[in-house]
Amino acid sequence: MEKSQKLKLGFGDSFKDVDVTVPDTEPPIWDAKFKPKILGGRTPRIEGRDKVTGKAKYTYDQKPPGLLYGRILRCPHPHAKVKSVDASAAKALPGVKAVITFEGREINAAGEGGAAALAAESPRIADDAIRLIKVDYEVLPFVVDVEAAMKEDAPRVKKGPNSGAPRKPPMRGDVDKGFAESAAVIESNYTTQVQTHSSLETHGSVAKWDGDKLTVWASTQGTGAYREALAQELKLPAENVRVITEHMGGGFGSKFGPQFEGIIAARLAKEANAPVRLMLTRAEEHVDSGNRPSSVQHVKLGASKDGKFTSLDLKGYGTGGTGGGSSFSGPARRIYSIPNMQTEEHDVFINAGYAAAMRAPGHPQGSFALEQAIDELAEKLGMDPLQIRKLNDLNPIRLAEYDIGAKRIGWERRQKNPGSAPGPKKRGLGCGAAVWGAEGGPGAQVQARFYPDGKIEIRNGVQDIGTGTRTLMGLIAAEELGVPLSRITVMIGDTDFPPGVPSGGSQTAGSIAPTVRAAVVDAKNQLAAALAPKLGAKPEEIDVRDGKVWVKGATGPDLAAALAQVEPIVGKGEHSKNFATLYGGIAGAQFVEVEVDVETGFVSVIKVVAVHDCGTPINRLAIESQIVGGVIQGISYALFENRILDRNTGLMVNANLEDYKIAGSKDMPEIEPVIFDTANGLNSVGVFGLGEAANVPTAAAVANAIANATGVRVRDLPMTPDRVLAALAKKG
Amino acid sequence: MKAFELVLPTGLDQATAALGTTWGKSAILAGGIDILGEMKERTLELDRVVNLKSLRDLRYVTADAKGLKLGALATLTEIANSPDVKARWPGLAQAAHSVGTPQIRNVATIGGNLCQRPRCWYYRGLEFHCLKKGGDHCFAEEGENRYHAIFGDGPCHIVHPSDCAPALIALGARMTITGADGKKRDVDVESFFTMPDEVVERENVLHPNDVVTEITVPAPAAGAKSLYLKMREKQSFDFALASVAIAGRVDGGKWSDVRVVLGGVAPKPWRSKAAEDALNGKRIEDATARAAGEAAVKAAKPMRDNAYKVQLARVAVARAAMSLV
Repeated sequence: MEKSQKLKLGFGDSFKDVDVTVPDTEPPIWDAKFKPKILGGRTPRIEGRDKVTGKAKYTYDQKPPGLLYGRILRCPHPHAKVKSVDASAAKALPGVKAVITFEGREINAAGEGGAAALAAESPRIADDAIRLIKVDYEVLPFVVDVEAAMKEDAPRVKKGPNSGAPRKPPMRGDVDKGFAESAAVIESNYTTQVQTHSSLETHGSVAKWDGDKLTVWASTQGTGAYREALAQELKLPAENVRVITEHMGGGFGSKFGPQFEGIIAARLAKEANAPVRLMLTRAEEHVDSGNRPSSVQHVKLGASKDGKFTSLDLKGYGTGGTGGGSSFSGPARRIYSIPNMQTEEHDVFINAGYAAAMRAPGHPQGSFALEQAIDELAEKLGMDPLQIRKLNDLNPIRLAEYDIGAKRIGWERRQKNPGSAPGPKKRGLGCGAAVWGAEGGPGAQVQARFYPDGKIEIRNGVQDIGTGTRTLMGLIAAEELGVPLSRITVMIGDTDFPPGVPSGGSQTAGSIAPTVRAAVVDAKNQLAAALAPKLGAKPEEIDVRDGKVWVKGATGPDLAAALAQVEPIVGKGEHSKNFATLYGGIAGAQFVEVEVDVETGFVSVIKVVAVHDCGTPINRLAIESQIVGGVIQGISYALFENRILDRNTGLMVNANLEDYKIAGSKDMPEIEPVIFDTANGLNSVGVFGLGEAANVPTAAAVANAIANATGVRVRDLPMTPDRVLAALAKKG
Repeated sequence: MKAFELVLPTGLDQATAALGTTWGKSAILAGGIDILGEMKERTLELDRVVNLKSLRDLRYVTADAKGLKLGALATLTEIANSPDVKARWPGLAQAAHSVGTPQIRNVATIGGNLCQRPRCWYYRGLEFHCLKKGGDHCFAEEGENRYHAIFGDGPCHIVHPSDCAPALIALGARMTITGADGKKRDVDVESFFTMPDEVVERENVLHPNDVVTEITVPAPAAGAKSLYLKMREKQSFDFALASVAIAGRVDGGKWSDVRVVLGGVAPKPWRSKAAEDALNGKRIEDATARAAGEAAVKAAKPMRDNAYKVQLARVAVARAAMSLV
């Protein structure tokens, strides 16, 4: 059964009425008329105190009795076959409890997978033992240079050609005709580097068997997906596997499943008949847990005399090592209105660590090229870069966000004559547009449990990847019941609870928030039904809000007192489907001020204003934290991070956190996160996640600011001093 | 990390005896910042670790009319925060402060800073059997050399990572080394460091059983100034791409007795007499400072990916000279 609801949706002073039909299982949608009592505040995370005091237990902290420590023997060759493994000396070492070898295995990247693995009574014994294993490798030809890999006679990285099939959707309009009708056309090449996820907590798990039942504490961003994949790998029914992730130290898209190390931990634990902890070392984390693919992009962009985009031709490739998934056309297809468009992209395989989804896959790459191309075109037309964006952007939310950001950064301070400021240190401003598509949806189930002692529990298997999901769930329940957050116990990160969703695609908030609400409303309805005979009223005459039970509109018993009168209640919630979207997708805009030392090539980011929307803000503190985090990761991508492979041996030379440079505290500018409230009617809470959008345009905006400061464009990431100096020298 | 014997010496003679006479078997632990990393990564597999920290009387920072005395165990924080060092040898205070992070500076010692091993990723990478480890070639020559030396001409192209060493050399510091049987000898900090063509496996004149025990810095002459300028990719927790320590006098609008020592650009702290000559006795002018920068890098021989470091060194010297005023 469905009911219809008239929604007031919009933002600022721009609202419209939208009619939607909502299944009876869904609570009425919170729209612009909704006046939250708890949501939209600034709530410290529920687990914040536990985290800063060390009470919070991560996977790394799990220590079941009899724990063994696992290690993997990594292959030092970028391409090799494991001919034979002699593990006799390792097995003979006292304290070694299990050894697995992988004879016959082909290894396609240095450090990928392994030749052997073992578990021992202490990390030190494991570390000693792994060195006693002798492997006879058949060393195979390899290629780690992207251009070289595309040549006909290049060594094959794996089965099949090194160049993947081009992804070339049907052309929109007529690109050539579009260029022919353009008043200005620019053509440029841009490159982006490989970025590793560098999660603070490395990948890994603690595996413990009990007969044919397996419990795994795992650092994962998808407890359910992890369970399915591990069960399949071990040929177990999924219900025999329990995955627990109470707290985790980051994933960024690289932790959806058990991967090699998770499977090996379970196998070693079985073999040793004892629990095994196997956490990757930092070096292993860099080379064998995923990365953001590189890109080489050729952009041809045209516009009419008045600045309307006419045509875009975007083509190129990227490498995700042995994995695919390199892409960059997302921003071009999603952000601007371009009547004629052609995109073509393909993977190039090399003998290096594989790609994994990483915070807005493909988008920071695509943004870096597209947003610079737009600035180059604006310059050619003699237009303001912000003006040309606003002319070609149809999303009213982003248009409003541009105005806010421009005002806060002081866009009028932009250099009119880039590079002409006196002295070696020159300032400039740049901007870029954010976008993201996924908004969450159905799939999760939540239990809301009310107990006679007044306890209220929210249960779901979802993990908190670090965004504040646990707190968000508690806040939704607190809002729906009108009780303080401290009254709600949120239990998550366990596949014994009803299924959650993987924290990917920024879908957690949009999927879980309405599901929590549905469960709480179901529990409230059950409570009303149970109370009805006691209160001499019909269930529909009973309401629960503001922490009280209301009977026929009058104040009844306190919620806690009411709960004491009834049996325990288990409310169940699901989210049926998404409803109205205001303008489709997630917007956002970022503005950056930099200072460039033109004698040394050093770039300092001075200030970033990041304006982002996520529908109904649930917890402003957590949202700002997501925005700031996205900006930090974006600056780090813009200026520092770079996986460096030794061209001669194919080994990653900076597989650590010293030479793989990540922005530190002193590299951080003033970051001003601005939350742009919208009522979008997407789901009963009206929320979606912005974790990925906040990471999309930062590097592009930094690049545009550098060009505004210096009059020189740096078209390659990361924009390190050598590249900035080279660009300046080229200009002469 | 390989299992090892930990020795807690009660005296210097016991420490030097425990160190023995063979390289690679035993080593000194002071702050532990460098050595623990090497041991964990297994570039060092020691049988014995001699914990110098049990010799507490090696930890001091004392200044008087004659100059500054630093016990080898003085921490970088103690040096960077010392009012005496900040006032009279600011270049040293700045160099010490530029190292790592507060947590590192709180435990890292001046002795360890001078004796630390190179950060070269081929030296640190177990898979690379490079010259320093008895191999037959330097992987940086044909490999990834963006952070490597622009001076020195090999055969090994590491850069010396110490920030304090250039500052101490610029200030004319000397150091005391205590060897076998407690015998002491003094050397200039400048001549403490060696080049790869002298001995490729190590970066200084120490014997396996030597302990750096004290560093002395002469009192600055009237009108003497000093400073340390470090150029690094990240402003938090990074080694120098190029740095310069400069010390000398400024009187009558001229530079005099100036010493210029570069860091991060050569296998040892790289004193540039050419830059000094370009400054000493000259009127303080931007063009002269720039000429000194030019002179400092005239002999540079960059490799494929590190030519930008020549420019950084050039600018660093020029800016440091002008900032000395």
